[in-house]
Amino acid sequence: MSAAFVSGIVVFVLAAFVGLEVISKVPPTLHTPLMSGANAISGITIVGAVIAAGVGEGTFAAVLGFLAVTAATINVVGGFLVTDRMLEMFKKKPGRG
Amino acid sequence: MTSSLLLAQTSSTKDTLTALLYLAAAVLFIFGLKQLSSPRTARRGNMLASGGMLIAIVVTIIVTDIANWGTVIAGLVVGGVVGALLALRVKMTAMPELVAAFNGFGGVASALVALAEIERTNSIFAVETGIVVALSLAIGSITFSGSFVAFGKLNGSLPGRPILLPAGKTINALLALAAVGFSVWAIAAEEALAYWIVVAIALVLGVLAVIPIGGADMPVVISLLNSFSGVAAAMAGFVISNSALIIGGALVGAAGMILTLQMAEAMNRTIANVLFSGFGAVTTGPATTGDKPVKSATPDDVAIALAYAENVIVVPGYGLAVAQAQHAVRDLATILEEKGVNVNYAIHPVAGRMPGHMNVLLAEADVPYDQLLDLDQSNPKFGQTDVVLVIGANDVVNPSAREDETSVIYGMPILDVDYATTVVVIKRSLSPGFAGIDNPLFYLDNTMMLFSDGKAAVESVIAAMANV
Repeated sequence: MSAAFVSGIVVFVLAAFVGLEVISKVPPTLHTPLMSGANAISGITIVGAVIAAGVGEGTFAAVLGFLAVTAATINVVGGFLVTDRMLEMFKKKPGRG
Repeated sequence: MTSSLLLAQTSSTKDTLTALLYLAAAVLFIFGLKQLSSPRTARRGNMLASGGMLIAIVVTIIVTDIANWGTVIAGLVVGGVVGALLALRVKMTAMPELVAAFNGFGGVASALVALAEIERTNSIFAVETGIVVALSLAIGSITFSGSFVAFGKLNGSLPGRPILLPAGKTINALLALAAVGFSVWAIAAEEALAYWIVVAIALVLGVLAVIPIGGADMPVVISLLNSFSGVAAAMAGFVISNSALIIGGALVGAAGMILTLQMAEAMNRTIANVLFSGFGAVTTGPATTGDKPVKSATPDDVAIALAYAENVIVVPGYGLAVAQAQHAVRDLATILEEKGVNVNYAIHPVAGRMPGHMNVLLAEADVPYDQLLDLDQSNPKFGQTDVVLVIGANDVVNPSAREDETSVIYGMPILDVDYATTVVVIKRSLSPGFAGIDNPLFYLDNTMMLFSDGKAAVESVIAAMANV
């Protein structure tokens, strides 16, 4: 197993624990924005998609790359925008107390 | 394409810089998620995370020797426009299906990255890389097809009730086994076709896994698919040795898993039970209904009860979303507040079709979030509440969960609305909720039933308020 792969496992496990720690106390009010914000972060796969689309050779690779970049971009752009739209509604309202 | 965090000693300056910038992006993701967990900082958190994403994308475009600019730019433009249109046009009531769709796009993107890598390398991988390729394909494809079945169930183009196939569990187990088998073949024989078969099997498996799950269990399903989309991204990160994908994916995988567990806990069920039991498919029949009398109320009765109350708690459920009644409810609350009535909202964790669904709808209607109480905050209050207004909620206010040991929902944490002086239930009929069981709440002496569509009912109460 390559050193890069092993260090990848180390990074994966540590990052997962960070994720657990960071999220463990979220008020229910924010469950939806948290989910859609996290969903947008999972669109990080866009990095892989850009690389795949950029270096692929041949028509078939181009099709795969184009679809990957498109799907990931929908995920990233849509995810962050819709989260922002929701959170804008959560601004402190001049209501009671 | 080397960008692992812990670089080999031969890494160039460019590789080092790339890795550090990806690390910066990952740190922004972590800060962003952290700030997303508090109402005050949430919006900034989302911006930090999107800033991290921008860094990762720009760095990638700069350091990759891109040969096909056209493909990359076309994908970014098409995806950006589609994503922005979806995000800006969606109605808040349609948020669950949009989140499901975005999960699906994320999943398929990760599977496509792995497919492109198969194409690029003629499927010649070291064993460990072959394993993560197969995992990206399988998890990404399941996330994709499962999310779109959830999407269909949520927007009504597929029936929301559980659809049980004969021997469904056996079929799914065999499919999962087959996916493992073809993965082994693909890795051992370095055979691209076998990888594609894994994709096909996983797509079918995603459909079959979500089809038997009913609408009210969707909060668990959506958060689980969210977790999967993260894991798929992390696996794709292993495939192309990219630390940004591994970190981002792992964070989301873990966050989604926590939310999934919280949702399952709020229903007093295990994730396995939610996924595999076909809960709600079989209605157990009205064992206790009989001909018990219910008190049917008019809008005037409700208006009088509300106008003379000191404390009112509104309990919204999926019916509120279906009837789009959130603005009418807010209008009613405003009128009551002007009369000096103290109005709060009690929200069950699994009310609606995704985690936090009711909170989003009420926020859209400008309800201040400090009026939204969760289960632990609201239950001690019902005893001192004059009127509880239940709109489109059923199983989450069913006292059987507390009292009837034979009930299928026994042990599920509920909102104890029956402790209030008066309970008004707005509901179209006496039909059972998702769990398919009768609700003794409807027959209590202190319960009034207002049989109507949620929005129409609230508007008629508002009209009646004028005469009080």
